Amino acid sequence: MNCAALKEKLAAVPEALVSETDYARKGFALEVQVSPQQLVAAVSVLDAEGFFLEAITGVDWLGEQAALRKEAEAKSAAEAKAQAAAAAAAGEELPTAEPPAEQGELPEDELEAVYDFNHYESLCRVTLRTRLPRSKPEVPTISPIYPGANWHERETHDFFGIIFVGHPCLEPLLLPEDADYHPLLKDFRP
Amino acid sequence: MSAFAQSQANETFVLNLGPQHPATHGVLRVKLTMDGEYIVEAEPVLGYIHRMHEKMGENRTWAQFLPNTGRMDYLHALAFNHGYVAVVERAAGIEVPERAEYLRVITTELNRVSSHLLWFGAFILDLGGFSPLLYAFDDREHILDLLESVTGSRLTYCYFRFGGVYNDIDDNFATGARAFIKRLRGRMPMYHKLVTKNIILMKRLQEVGPISAEMCRKYGATGPVCRGSGINFDVRRHEPYSIYPEFDFEVPVYEQGDSMARYMVRMDEMEQSLRIVEQALDKLPEGPVMAEKVPKILKPPKGDYYHAVETARGSFGVRVVSDGSNTPYRLKLRSPTFSNLSLFGEACRGMLLPDALALMGSLDLVIPEIDR
Repeated sequence: MNCAALKEKLAAVPEALVSETDYARKGFALEVQVSPQQLVAAVSVLDAEGFFLEAITGVDWLGEQAALRKEAEAKSAAEAKAQAAAAAAAGEELPTAEPPAEQGELPEDELEAVYDFNHYESLCRVTLRTRLPRSKPEVPTISPIYPGANWHERETHDFFGIIFVGHPCLEPLLLPEDADYHPLLKDFRP
Repeated sequence: MSAFAQSQANETFVLNLGPQHPATHGVLRVKLTMDGEYIVEAEPVLGYIHRMHEKMGENRTWAQFLPNTGRMDYLHALAFNHGYVAVVERAAGIEVPERAEYLRVITTELNRVSSHLLWFGAFILDLGGFSPLLYAFDDREHILDLLESVTGSRLTYCYFRFGGVYNDIDDNFATGARAFIKRLRGRMPMYHKLVTKNIILMKRLQEVGPISAEMCRKYGATGPVCRGSGINFDVRRHEPYSIYPEFDFEVPVYEQGDSMARYMVRMDEMEQSLRIVEQALDKLPEGPVMAEKVPKILKPPKGDYYHAVETARGSFGVRVVSDGSNTPYRLKLRSPTFSNLSLFGEACRGMLLPDALALMGSLDLVIPEIDR
C-alpha cells in the first residue's frame, strides 16, 4: 500500500477532491473531500486497502458564510480604494464609485463530518471530510463496513446532531439517555 | 424435545454488570444477555463519568486546557500531556529543546511502567489472585515518588508545557530512576515465576477471548490489544515523534490473540520501557528545558492539525482546529480504549461470564478516558 496509488484510487470516486498535505506540518498525509452520497464508496476503497478507522468527529462551521462574505467585501473595498488611489496619483478623474452589488441571502452554514483513517503497516493517515447542511445534517452510516464506527457515529450524533442514516441504534452514548441537545454545536446554550 | 428442554433453550435473562462492579474498574456498565452461564449478547453502556472535555477545550485558552489532559487517562497521564502539547507545538511551530524531549521520554516511559504495573495487579485481582496487587503497588510506589519529585503530583500530572517541561530533574532523580530500573529488573523474574507460569493463570488466559487481527482492524484497536493479535503497530515506531527514533527498543508482538498474548505484551513492554529510560538517562544532554520564545498568548495559524502518541493503552490522537484565535475552535480527543472496548460486544459472544471478565481485564480499561 502506498499513498500515491491510494490517491489515484480515491480520486476515482466521483466528485472526490483529493489533496496531499504536508505530513510534518499537519499530521495527516491525504485529505479527501467527498459529498455525503459518495462517502460509502470512498470508505469502501479505504477498507479494501486495509485501513483502520481512528475516529469520527464533527466540526460546526456556524458563521462561516457570513465571515466569508465579510472577507470578500473587505477585499473588494480594499481593491476599490487602491484603484482610486492609483487614479488620484496619475491625476485622472476619480472613477465614480460603483454601488455595492446587491447580495442575496447568505448561503446556509454547514456541519462537517471528519473521518480519520490510518494504516497498520504504512504511514498514511487519511482524513475524509464531508459537508452537510446545518438544517438537515444527514450522512449514510459506515457501520456495516467498519463495525467500530458504530460508537464513533453515536458519539458524533450526541455532540453535533449529525444523523447517520441507516445506523442500527442512534441513541445517546455518552450523554444521558434522554438527552435532546447537542453540546458541541456553536449555538448551543446550556 | 421435551417441553422442559425447549423452554430452557429459549430462556435468557439480562444481567447488569456494573456500573459499580469491581471488575469494570470504575463506572462502566455492561448489559449482558445471558443464557445460563453463557453470554448471548453484551452491550457496554458508557457515559457515567462523561465530563465533556472537548467542550471545555473550546472555552479556555490553549494553555488553560493543559490540566484537563492529566484527568482523562489517570494511569498514563503524561502520555496525554504529550499528545496535547505535541499537537499545539505542531500547529504553532514551536521547537522543543533536546533536553526537554529527553525528560518527556524519561517521565512518560516511567509512567507507562507504573500504568502497566497497576494493570498487572488489578488484572490478577480480577482473576481472583489478591497478593500480586500488593507487590505491584509496592513497585509502583517508587515510580510515583520519583515522578512526584519532578512533576509535583502523583497521579494527574500536568508537567509538559508548550515548548518544553516545567521543571528540570536533579541528580537524585537520575540515581533514583537507575535504582528503580535495577529493582524492577530483579523483580520481573519473580513476577513471571509467581504469576505468569502459574498453572491456574495459564488455564484462565490461554485461548480465552481470542481477538483476530481482522477484528482489531475493523474496530480500530491499537496498543497492546492489537499487538497481542499479531499486528506490529506502535505509534512510537510507526510515526516517530519526540526523540523515540534515537532509542533502541523492541515492540513486543504475540500472534495468538488470546488474553495471555495481551498479558505477555504488557509484561514485555515494561522491560522495553526500562531500556528506553536507561538509554535516555545515559544520553541526557545539557541545556534548557523550555524553549525561549514561546508567546504568552498563543495563536496558532488557521487550519487543522493532528498528532498521535502511544499511550499504555494504544494510540491517542488529538485533532485541533484553530481559527487563529487564542482558544481552540474544535478539539477532538481520540482515546484508545474507546475503540478497544467497542470490540468487546463481539469478542465475548458465547463466552462464559468469568472468561469474559478475563477478556475485559486484558483490554486494560480506564473509564474516564473512554467517557472523557
